[in-house]
Amino acid sequence: MIRYLGKRIIFMILSLFLIVTATFFIMKAVPGGPFTSEKNVPDEIKAALEAKYKLNLPLHEQYLDYLKGVITWDLGPSFVEKSSTVNDMISRGFPVSAHLGAQALLLAIFGGITLGVVAALKHNKWQDYSAMLIAVLGLSVPGFILASFYQYFFAIKWGIFPIAKWEGFEYTVLPSLALAAMPIAFIARLTRSNMLEVLGQDYIKTAKAKGLNTVTITVKHAIRNALLPVITYLGPLLANILTGAFVIERIFGIPGLGREFVISITNRDYTVIMGTTVFYAIILVVGILLVDIAYTLVDPRIKLSDAGRE
Amino acid sequence: MEERILEVKDLHVSFHTYAGEVKAVRGVNFHVKRGEAVAIVGESGCGKSVTAQTLMKLIPMPPGEIKKGEILFNGVNLVNKSNKEMESIRGKDIGMIFQDPMTSLNPTLTIGNQIMEGLIKHQNMSRSDARNRAIELLTLVGIPQPEKRVDQYPHEFSGGMRQRAMIAIALACSPQLLIADEPTTALDVTIQAQILDLMKELQKKMNTSIILITHDLGVVAEMCDRVIVMYAGKVIETGTVDDIFYNPQHPYTKGLLRSVPRLDLNRDEPLTPIFGTPPDLLRPPVGCGFTARCESAMRVCQEYDPELNDISSTQRAACWLQHPLAQNRAGS
Repeated sequence: MIRYLGKRIIFMILSLFLIVTATFFIMKAVPGGPFTSEKNVPDEIKAALEAKYKLNLPLHEQYLDYLKGVITWDLGPSFVEKSSTVNDMISRGFPVSAHLGAQALLLAIFGGITLGVVAALKHNKWQDYSAMLIAVLGLSVPGFILASFYQYFFAIKWGIFPIAKWEGFEYTVLPSLALAAMPIAFIARLTRSNMLEVLGQDYIKTAKAKGLNTVTITVKHAIRNALLPVITYLGPLLANILTGAFVIERIFGIPGLGREFVISITNRDYTVIMGTTVFYAIILVVGILLVDIAYTLVDPRIKLSDAGRE
Repeated sequence: MEERILEVKDLHVSFHTYAGEVKAVRGVNFHVKRGEAVAIVGESGCGKSVTAQTLMKLIPMPPGEIKKGEILFNGVNLVNKSNKEMESIRGKDIGMIFQDPMTSLNPTLTIGNQIMEGLIKHQNMSRSDARNRAIELLTLVGIPQPEKRVDQYPHEFSGGMRQRAMIAIALACSPQLLIADEPTTALDVTIQAQILDLMKELQKKMNTSIILITHDLGVVAEMCDRVIVMYAGKVIETGTVDDIFYNPQHPYTKGLLRSVPRLDLNRDEPLTPIFGTPPDLLRPPVGCGFTARCESAMRVCQEYDPELNDISSTQRAACWLQHPLAQNRAGS
């Protein structure tokens, strides 16, 4: 187990290194720079600016400098927001994004599993059909359309929830719902099909023959076995919620990290793009490792070990 | 006085499918006495398993439906029981062993946990008492190192061990009746013998009645007191093991016995199978279900279904050849 974790962490660092390298060079290959939008900058000022931010150095030196920065967790200053560093922006934006993401994640997991289980238990009855209708809508309507739709009805028409901004719990409801819609739908469908398969298994019949009631059979014997593929999906789900948040945060005007990321790209704010990318990559890689560990907790047949060893 | 622990009267079970109503069990009568081992034999699709699962009302309803008949267990009709009432009978008074031990155990729960569930539910045991009882049961079914095994998962058990664990689960609450649905089919031959010995031994120890469902006549000869032969959803012959093996009356039973390999015959001689397939139970035949495959079929067989006729005090067969009138005519 410890050996396995060590190995995994080494691979994680390796993939993070590749991500940093790839983003760095792709970003440099894009034409334009952080100061191209500022009009009428005399050449000497531009040169001074570039010298200040070390943009005049050869590419490989900039790259090595940056790598050093990442290792010491100093992601550099923002080119556009002169007053703050990237570290500041992350510590300012991430709590908001994490709150929104966690809320959406919990909603997606619990909502999706509940919908899926109900649909499977009431197979081919109205509960099944309505749950699957919700799921199809959730899968096929993009989050940003859903977000505007919520804003129109819940905020403008009925005035139940505030339309945008981030000032309290009621502000979090609409964006969480918009962000969670797709994963809820996906998890519901996944859970339903797995539950149906598991409920047809022989061991469910064994459980029935023991005289257990339906609730015990469902909770103890069926759901646990049906959840394995859902756990597999949690890794990609994390990525979905992170990237989904970019758009949703913009629509609802939420001061999260996703919004900073989107703005930084249009501004060619090199250090912010790099910083947020690295940060998101770390979250994702750690998340995937956690998912793999979660597997062993649910399925005793899976042991984390080196290939070929028990 | 002999005590009938189970009596099945005129049981009809159907499944409603898109194609129509499949009449899987069409009027089955039989009984099981206390401490007796009864075999139900017949080829695939003849209604053996459906009958067995109906006894515990384990068939999915819908699409399944008990159309008619009674299942008297200790004199109480199970057909009218609600699902809640059945839950207190399943596992406590009637235990069941299934065919494939590889899929009949839950892969995410420990063996001990799966044995304990029934004990906690039916005998109100505490977890630690149930655990101790589970270890006892594992010892009883011959699993070595039960203290260690009780905390292991099914994937750490071999096929034979899993079937032993299944038997431990089924016998946990000392049921009066044990239904074993092809308990040895998925095991290899040496393990089969071990499992059968174990079941025989436990039957004596606990005085349990057994209904053994199988298509392996060798297993029947080894285990059982009486045999029920089923064909196309009906009982076509019943009798003691000796009756059935030495004096079979129904052409189907004779055919079944002929198709078993024997040690005393020339090995080069091919086995004699029963040609053809069982009738489609979506549209069951009017007459005897075996007519189309029967060597001695007569016109009456196509038009009228024979009743079970007494051959002796222990044996009955449903065939026009054994009808009292036919006997008279043959005699005159």
